[in-house]
Amino acid sequence: MSDVVERTLSALPGLLGQQDPGAGPGGGPGRVSATSRLGGLIRSITALSSKHEEEKLIQQEQTNLKATVSAPTTTLRLMKECMVRLIYCEMLGYESSFGYIHAIKLAQQGNLLEKRVGYLAVSLFLHENHELLLLLVNTVVKDLQSTNLVEVCMALTVVSQIFPREMIPAVLPLIEDKLQHSKEIIRRKAVQALYKFYLIAPNQVQHIHDKFRKALCDRDVGVMAASLHIYLQMIKKNASGYKDLTESFVSILKQVVGGKLPIDFNYHSVPAPWLQIQLLRILGLLGKDDPRTSELMYDVLDESLRRAEINHNITYAILFECVQTIYTICPKSDLLEKAAKCIGKFVLSPKINLKYLGLKALTYVIQQDPNLALQHQMTIIECLDHPDPIIKRETLELLYRITNGQNVTVIVQKMLDYLRQSKEEYTIINLTGKIAELVEKYAPDNEWFIQTMNAVFSVGGDVMHPDIPNNFLRLLAEGFDDEKEDEELRLYAVQSYLSLLEEEDTFYPQKFLQVMSWVLGEYSYLINDGDPEVIITRLHRLLKQTFVTSETKAWIMTAVTKMSSRMSCSKTIDKLIQEFSTSLDTCMRQYAFELKHLCENKELMKNLFPLDASCDEIMVDASLSFLDGFVAEGLSCGAAPYKPHHQRQEEKLSQEKALNFEPYGLSFTSNMSSSGFTGRQSPAGLSLGSDMSGNSAELGQKETNCLKLDGVRKLWGKEGYLPKKENKTGKEDKTQPVPQDSILTAHVVDPPLMQSEQQVVSLSEEEKEKQQLASTLFVGLGSNSTISLIFESLSCHFPVIEAQSMESCQKCVQLEKVCTEGVLSGSISYHLDTDTHLEFSLTFSLSDFIRPMKMTTEDFGRLWLSFSNDVKQNLKMSPSQGSLSVALNALKQKLKLHIVEIIGNEGIAACRLLPSVPCLLHCRTHARTLALWFRSSCSALPDSLLYQCQKVMEEA
Amino acid sequence: MGLGGSCAGWLMQAPCWLGGDFSLSEDTQQQIIRETFHLVSKRDENVCNFLEGGLLIGGSDNKLIYRHYATLYFVFCVDSSESELGILDLIQVFVETLDKCFENVCELDLIFHVDKVHNILAEMVMGGMVLETNMNEIVTQIDAQNKLEKSEAGLAGAPARAVSAVKNMNLPEIPRNINIGDISIKVPNLPSFK
Repeated sequence: MSDVVERTLSALPGLLGQQDPGAGPGGGPGRVSATSRLGGLIRSITALSSKHEEEKLIQQEQTNLKATVSAPTTTLRLMKECMVRLIYCEMLGYESSFGYIHAIKLAQQGNLLEKRVGYLAVSLFLHENHELLLLLVNTVVKDLQSTNLVEVCMALTVVSQIFPREMIPAVLPLIEDKLQHSKEIIRRKAVQALYKFYLIAPNQVQHIHDKFRKALCDRDVGVMAASLHIYLQMIKKNASGYKDLTESFVSILKQVVGGKLPIDFNYHSVPAPWLQIQLLRILGLLGKDDPRTSELMYDVLDESLRRAEINHNITYAILFECVQTIYTICPKSDLLEKAAKCIGKFVLSPKINLKYLGLKALTYVIQQDPNLALQHQMTIIECLDHPDPIIKRETLELLYRITNGQNVTVIVQKMLDYLRQSKEEYTIINLTGKIAELVEKYAPDNEWFIQTMNAVFSVGGDVMHPDIPNNFLRLLAEGFDDEKEDEELRLYAVQSYLSLLEEEDTFYPQKFLQVMSWVLGEYSYLINDGDPEVIITRLHRLLKQTFVTSETKAWIMTAVTKMSSRMSCSKTIDKLIQEFSTSLDTCMRQYAFELKHLCENKELMKNLFPLDASCDEIMVDASLSFLDGFVAEGLSCGAAPYKPHHQRQEEKLSQEKALNFEPYGLSFTSNMSSSGFTGRQSPAGLSLGSDMSGNSAELGQKETNCLKLDGVRKLWGKEGYLPKKENKTGKEDKTQPVPQDSILTAHVVDPPLMQSEQQVVSLSEEEKEKQQLASTLFVGLGSNSTISLIFESLSCHFPVIEAQSMESCQKCVQLEKVCTEGVLSGSISYHLDTDTHLEFSLTFSLSDFIRPMKMTTEDFGRLWLSFSNDVKQNLKMSPSQGSLSVALNALKQKLKLHIVEIIGNEGIAACRLLPSVPCLLHCRTHARTLALWFRSSCSALPDSLLYQCQKVMEEA
Repeated sequence: MGLGGSCAGWLMQAPCWLGGDFSLSEDTQQQIIRETFHLVSKRDENVCNFLEGGLLIGGSDNKLIYRHYATLYFVFCVDSSESELGILDLIQVFVETLDKCFENVCELDLIFHVDKVHNILAEMVMGGMVLETNMNEIVTQIDAQNKLEKSEAGLAGAPARAVSAVKNMNLPEIPRNINIGDISIKVPNLPSFK
């Protein structure tokens, strides 16, 4: 104790030093006058008679305050008084944002008392995301480190009230330290602050869960109680993680119930009631659906029930929690019996609060124990007519849970009665939802169903949940199993709406009108004896009403259109068209014109509005597969393949980065533009339709940039040819221009692969069963240095395949990133008697994707200069390989190179990686070595090709 | 979460927002106060003290719990994780504490000492959670702070007496004799920490 005094004393000089000298001797009177100023303000406000006068007065007050707080001579003491007045203004609802920064300053600079007002003002003025809060962080950090306990307390309080989430790391270690503080009040507030952090940023306090446990075992009850808040929250989220603590909670509760706490904690001679409530809630959460954990708590629950005997409000609070916990955890019969008795006590109590809770408890347990409701039948009936609407509503909530086919009409009637009296939006939304649900589930007959829904729509109006009319219409349209029944229901609906619309000038909510017009439009044909002209006249009348919104008008117009498709001609419709063709509402005009044109072509109209077809599925082929042929044709003409949006986005980004390097690519750009560039662009636009047309330009632009980028790499460093660094091969292989357009964008159809699939399929086709075939997945396994290849995943699906017949599926395999080897694996699954899966896998090497590339020596020369990624390597030639032409021929055969020209001991060859990434090779023999020099636009390609060449040479 | 963004208000001719950690705009606060006042003031004497919330205070999960003292209404807005009756008694504790701190509290005290009322509430409810329900403890805390204030007001120029005042408000004097092993709750050893 003495050490704390000492610490406080040592902090005092600093504290006094902070005081403004002006606040010294004159402080006393200053304070008094300020208080009286607040008093004066309050007095003059209470004397006012109108809101307007109040506004004027406050405005004046605020002007004064603004001048005072921003004056440099204002002392902190005066500032404190200003803050209190500002708080008062804010409390009355007048924003005083000019003072916020001064509140923070006061918290920072003031002495204890001023600081307290400053902190209070901050926590009242600012909301959690206010930007000024950041300025508070430093002050809080300073105060947390203070030796003065009061300052620490204030800092902890403000942290738990309001603190910016992103600044938690700044104070977290300090607050964690406070958990070990010698004063219990500090520990308690620290726990509370951590709880706040847990709520706003659970991830940041994950590492201190152990410390929470320590707080739970704190020798001070207050600290332990504070930690229960955190546990309640955590257990709510994840009960299974804290089962091991059940025994601790049980033993704590036992000790509390057993009166082991100091008498200080008693409230009306009940030991720590709030603590008990908290523990009971935690136990309920832990014991839910867990017999073993529940077992642990039966005893203590029994004791709690027994001890809570005194007739006081707070004991009932505990009893209620007990009951709820008992019904939440795994049931035990004698406890349930006692709990049921308790509920009875509540329900029958003359105290209205207890009755309310009794009804709540009944509602909670009704599913488990419907008999309990039967026991209290009469009380429940009485509660239905209780003068307190809250009790009534709680009773309806209870009835809602016990509704069945027999009592539905009575209960719904009670609910509708309540609904009609209620003005509150929230109640209406809530109740209409419940009524609609019950009506749909249990409606005894059509008439009642429609009438009740009519009532719901008229009372619920436009505040009810939009699902209600939607569900209702769906129910009408889809119907039940019995077609005849459905028609009767629809007919009844039509008739009832017609009679409702008969009266002129009655107001109906928009939603209700929409429902009516849909039903009339869809099902009015069911009326055999009625004249459709009459219906249209009524709808027409509605259209002219001012209370009808334009959305509803659209519904009505649609209804009229549907009906007119079933009529030969109608004067009303003609009139309507004429009227709305000149309407100022563009939507209505549009509808009128549409209707007009449709009326001219009755056949089309009938097709457009088929009878009773609202439930027919309209098949939409979202994959647009009918365009596949078109796309394939486009691709074969040289169009660029489709790239999804995100890919284009990425490319655009990467190209933006590359812009810096522009000067180096200039010469190259001019080169390329002559070589079939334009030829490739137009098909891209053509094949990909409107959505894609914008991209052809983008692609073209990208090409130049990508190429430039490669050029730069070469010039700036050696990394360029390191395949590891290369990320852009994927797109280059699609966009790389090559001066020969016939083979530019061929895509691989790998015949061997598809045949193998095919064989498997035909083998398994003995039965005429539904078959599934799915071949999927490429897993790239780049052997050494290269990045794995990415193939798209394929799948195709065959319907039933006839025995002995063939069904084929062709897919393209493209190499997106250069690598030396890759595996295509997949499976064929089909269903005979059981589901069968056949796995297959194929290994591809880079050479499978290489094709010869024909060109002239001049083309070669031009391209050679434009490519920047190159690799040189000398290979030893074996004696058998002898001359250059022998070696080159070997490469030609194995790697499908095109030999452009051989002159003496030098030769040039060209190939391309599918679809169109060119690679050029220059070779020279010199004394048993073969010098290979690759160049390509793709940086990874030369390296990989060299590796292939090495292999070929070794094999030969 | 406790008084899930507790708004506690005392309401009179001019309803006031007393506390809360809603991150709400001024307008919404005022609207909530108006709606609450509207709801509460209409209630008869013979009805229950609970009101299921309107849309403004967050719908079905939140409710208003109020107590009526002469011309004053004390209203707490809580979420489902609080016990209704428990909160009713918490209001009682709050009012009794006010009574002790202000010595026969009347509504004028609450108006003229808004800041003190806030401080008392802050000792009871911190960050929307019930922190302290022990009245003596709260009063002790508040007394300590009041002593500080009095001494500062009168004796700001006399450091020596201010020192003694600060001594007086020192926290160790709070009589809360529970941190002694024999009466404190013994929590069974939890194996995970030692």
